[in-house]
Amino acid sequence: MLEEKKIVHNNHLLTDEILNNCIHCGLCLPTCPTYALTSLEQSSPRGRIRLIRAALDGDQPISKEFIYEMNFCLDCQACETACPAGIKYGSLVETARDLIHQSKKNSLTERILKKFFLTWTFARHERLKFMARLLRWYQTAGPQAVLEKSGLLKLISKKLNTIQLLAPRISKVFTSEVLDEIILPQSEVTHTVVFLTGCIMDVAFAEINEDTIRLLLHHGCKVVIPKGQRCCGSLQAHNGDSEGAREHARYTIELFAQFNPDYIVMNSAGCGAFLKQYGELFDDDPVMRSKAQFISQRTVDVTEFLIRTGFIQSQKKYSTRYAGKRITYHDACHLIHSQKISEQPRELIRSVPGIEYVELPEASWCCGSAGIYNITHIDQSMHFLKRKIENIRKINPDIILMGNPGCMLQMQFGLRNAGLQIELLHTVTFLRRICEA
Amino acid sequence: MMITAKTINKIRSIVGSENFFDSPEQKLAYSYDATPLLSQFPSAIIRPRTTQELSEVMILANHEHFALVPRGSGTGLSGGSIPTENSIVVLTNHWNRIIELDEKNLTVRVEPGVLTAQLQSTVESIGLFYPPDPGSAAISTLGGNVAENAGGLRGLKYGVTKNYVQGMEVVLPDGSIVSLGGKSVKDVAGYNLKDFLIGSEGTLGIFTNILLKLIPKPETSSTMLAFFDRISDAGETVAEIISSHISPSTLEFLDRTTINCVEQYAHLNLPVNTEALLLIEVDGHHVVVKEDTEKISVLCRKHRANNFSIARSEQEAVKLRSARKIAFSALARVKPTTILEDATVPRSEVVPMLERIQSIAQKNGLLFGNFGHAGDGNLHPTCLTDARNTQEIRSAEQAFGEIFSEAVKLGGTISGEHGIGLAKRQFLEKLAPLPAIEMMRRIKESIDPHSVLNPGKIFSLSPRCEGPMPKNASQIKKYIDAGAFT
Repeated sequence: MLEEKKIVHNNHLLTDEILNNCIHCGLCLPTCPTYALTSLEQSSPRGRIRLIRAALDGDQPISKEFIYEMNFCLDCQACETACPAGIKYGSLVETARDLIHQSKKNSLTERILKKFFLTWTFARHERLKFMARLLRWYQTAGPQAVLEKSGLLKLISKKLNTIQLLAPRISKVFTSEVLDEIILPQSEVTHTVVFLTGCIMDVAFAEINEDTIRLLLHHGCKVVIPKGQRCCGSLQAHNGDSEGAREHARYTIELFAQFNPDYIVMNSAGCGAFLKQYGELFDDDPVMRSKAQFISQRTVDVTEFLIRTGFIQSQKKYSTRYAGKRITYHDACHLIHSQKISEQPRELIRSVPGIEYVELPEASWCCGSAGIYNITHIDQSMHFLKRKIENIRKINPDIILMGNPGCMLQMQFGLRNAGLQIELLHTVTFLRRICEA
Repeated sequence: MMITAKTINKIRSIVGSENFFDSPEQKLAYSYDATPLLSQFPSAIIRPRTTQELSEVMILANHEHFALVPRGSGTGLSGGSIPTENSIVVLTNHWNRIIELDEKNLTVRVEPGVLTAQLQSTVESIGLFYPPDPGSAAISTLGGNVAENAGGLRGLKYGVTKNYVQGMEVVLPDGSIVSLGGKSVKDVAGYNLKDFLIGSEGTLGIFTNILLKLIPKPETSSTMLAFFDRISDAGETVAEIISSHISPSTLEFLDRTTINCVEQYAHLNLPVNTEALLLIEVDGHHVVVKEDTEKISVLCRKHRANNFSIARSEQEAVKLRSARKIAFSALARVKPTTILEDATVPRSEVVPMLERIQSIAQKNGLLFGNFGHAGDGNLHPTCLTDARNTQEIRSAEQAFGEIFSEAVKLGGTISGEHGIGLAKRQFLEKLAPLPAIEMMRRIKESIDPHSVLNPGKIFSLSPRCEGPMPKNASQIKKYIDAGAFT
């Protein structure tokens, strides 16, 4: 109990400083998807900041409307990119969600969903794998096909039907189960990297994890895949469970530190963004903080890593597999806004000879996936997805690339619904296929 | 006087419940705009669906005595859209359609909630140009731009918002709906009423559509950046560019404090410890642009620019513009509160004005960054402070009072582009000629006799003396000491 009190207090001090730096100029408004949807100030970052400030000053109760606006936010952090005063809005809204979490005033559905996904499923990787196996059985052994054909699910609930379609196609094997802990490249070792297998990536995109590992080996990396990885804590943090987040972070830090890596390479934007923040999680614990900083400073997104270590220059042969293809790129929020990574993936893609690169309009706008937002706020999420799909339609590419599993699930669903025949790939998959000529 | 529940119900029934907002959260979210230090809760917020509904609410306001405060995106810097006591905020940002783009007459008719940048990108895609570009163009509404007569970087060559307004439909405070101006380029049928409304800061009417003039998009442009060891050198460069009859589309200035803040924040490899930076852009026909660029580069060197570059590509131009572009951000990060003002002087007086600002800042122990539109004399003295430090805020108010008074002494004005609103009302009343203020008051009183529209903005409507009349010399002395009759 004491511990909990202390955390709130810590947050408050930190938050107070950030809140006072908001100059309420309004430059965040045009970048905010929820403001674009309602054109109401309380659904804008500037409005939410004012509400959070009032709540922390004790002038604003944790009311229904307060909770609605805080949970309505996608936490895409596009406003952070636009903010002239450098406000860390993401951590503010996470503080607010922490307040809501502690007040226990979230709606019942929201609490059940969060409890199920965050506290139970993602808390232990074995549980996630168990759920994934269930889902795999559902998807492959027949129930899904039967239910879909019969239209029964749609009849029961349109939302439930959408949710089951949004669920990831579970991979045949999970990365964490089949690979050795340490893999050496055929060439001389240039860098030792720890690879985070991720939660969703591991069970739903195992082939992308494989692509990443093969690409790293191709680039001369000794790849370490620590056994016993868990959720990095980002899902808990984004949904207001700061203590759960710290616990997961502590575990991951201890696990990775053993291998003394040059880099910790990520192919999942949300995890990357969170590992880079590990240092800030332990402000009250100097020993843990320095360990956390060690991890944060070495964490890189895979595209960031490739650019930094001269991948383009060392690349000699390219496959002509995608020659003449029209290719575009979608920015994952946790890459462009949280990690400020937007040039690196584009540079890598454009360096491939023979392709036609086209810029996606509003590439940096959230697709509506946003963690479990597309489950908790399905209607709003579908609206944001529609906007994204309209933009894709405008340029009509052959292939769309991106660097985050959440976006991939969401956009796969959107493309399929819109009947668009566009290939959707992780940037890493594209690069691996191009480089292994 | 409080707005009664009965009145509230009448308003609600006009606009519909879904367009009426009065929860504590909503009131809080509409209690401020971009103006530092000011806020006030409204009684409610409404989003009228039609011009007719707006007119009905306006008529009701006259009968039931409540005030209406129009608001676009809430990015004003003078408090124009901050609620007054017992007021209803009227939103216009949902009216966001471009109604008609007339390429034969080079006009565009827009609803007031269209964003400035949105209009610009739309017209530029067909080779046309809408020049006014206030710093908040990405989110400011055109209704707000017209109400504030917004300026921007291109003012020197292209003028400001008023130069592009050809007509409007407006709901007056008595509820009447009036159409002013039109597509004719020339129009002298009676008083030039639309110009009364431009820059009226939401005190004379609420626009429901606006007819804007467009011009052909300049063929090409050229961007230059120069640094100077002395402010006077930069000032002479500006003066000679103007006197050589060159009209740059942009002629922007950053002072030493601002340059250093930009460098600390963004690491652009700017030469620090130089006194001034000039960003210069010329646009138009390529032959003219080339000629002007050469002339300007000669002038900069003549006036001892120690570092001068010309962009050879659009990418390089973006790089050269970046220091100016992030000046505000860089300053905003130094301290929690950023007070950005817009004292403006005739362009020949820019250097003396900058010197006076610096000495006023020093005298009051404050940190000021200066940047702005050197070409048209519109400066942005920016005080970096902290709202929690009440003493420093008092010093800042004192300093701005002195700065405005110096600007007026140099033949300038207390506001070049932000407007008076609430934030500068006291300075207007002190520094503008009394007959001019009286004329403004009489206009306001004749158009809005019940003071229903944005009351108390620009000038106060209440009697200026309150309490018992001073009778003896000692009572009067108090007022003389406070600056009365000076």
